[in-house]
Amino acid sequence: MAEQITAGPARLRRSPLAHLEERMRAATVTGPRGVSLSEWPYITMVSLRVDPESEAAARIEKTLGAPLPRRCGDTTSAGPHTVLWLGPDEWMVVSQAEHPALTAELTEALDGDPGSVVDVSANRTTLELSGPMAREVLEKGCALDLHPRAFEPGQAVSTQVGPVPVILWQTDEAPSYRLFPRASFADYLARWLLDAIDEYARPEVT
Amino acid sequence: MLLISCPWCGPRDETEYHYGGQAHVAYPHSPADLDDRQWAEYVFYRDNTKGPFAERWMHSTGCRRWFNVLRDTVTNEVLAAYRIGEPRPEPQQAAAHAAAQAVAHAGGER
Ligand SMILES: [Zn+2]
Repeated sequence: MAEQITAGPARLRRSPLAHLEERMRAATVTGPRGVSLSEWPYITMVSLRVDPESEAAARIEKTLGAPLPRRCGDTTSAGPHTVLWLGPDEWMVVSQAEHPALTAELTEALDGDPGSVVDVSANRTTLELSGPMAREVLEKGCALDLHPRAFEPGQAVSTQVGPVPVILWQTDEAPSYRLFPRASFADYLARWLLDAIDEYARPEVT
Repeated sequence: MLLISCPWCGPRDETEYHYGGQAHVAYPHSPADLDDRQWAEYVFYRDNTKGPFAERWMHSTGCRRWFNVLRDTVTNEVLAAYRIGEPRPEPQQAAAHAAAQAVAHAGGER
């Protein structure tokens, strides 16, 4: 016990899917019907709300080094940051930067004007679903058209996978997707995905 | 399953939305001046339209915006979806609008 206390709070934290890490690794399928699932814990996420036409938005764009996307589905990136459109005056900044620094920088850019900058890194966790069958897996429970003609790398939307609300972001043509479920739904979503992946580890039924 | 076109996000399944009742019900100008009957009518009484009906919906698992939908209560057809503050389209106009929107979304999405 004494050891844990001296280790500090950061050492004590457990990611929402730490208990499924082993199962997710074991579920990996390779080859032409390959698909893999893993958690990327503790990614920095900052919720940003501001009028996109305001001077504050311009200052924030300068700080980020990227424009705020103006359309559903669009994302913009610069350096360690990617900005995901969540609503006409709402974005989520996903970043490899440390969250206290990023939150402080964006708060300074907002400079007390109407809007908000909130560190929401603990709100959601990140699941990466990747491989030739990744789209098929998602299509079992996502009504969106994920075909490349309608959805491509660099697009992100807020939608549902199974019954779980997620932000879904396609990152490459593998295809790879990042899913951001809220922490309390992560266990359900990960088990749902493991179940959906299961068939690809077996011979194809023709 | 209804397919509703969010004015911000485009067509999504009904399960992404929450229903918010009749649209364009204005808050009373001076609620304190209403008698009990008038207040009850404001709070509880709604139209029971047969045909095109303007109602509020919220895109709860998407952009989380409230907007209005014109839906035919007989056929369940969604005739139009429009942003808060925009006027209620007429049914004929709405049908044309819905068709135009479908084309715009089909073309707009890559
Ligand atoms: Zn929406």
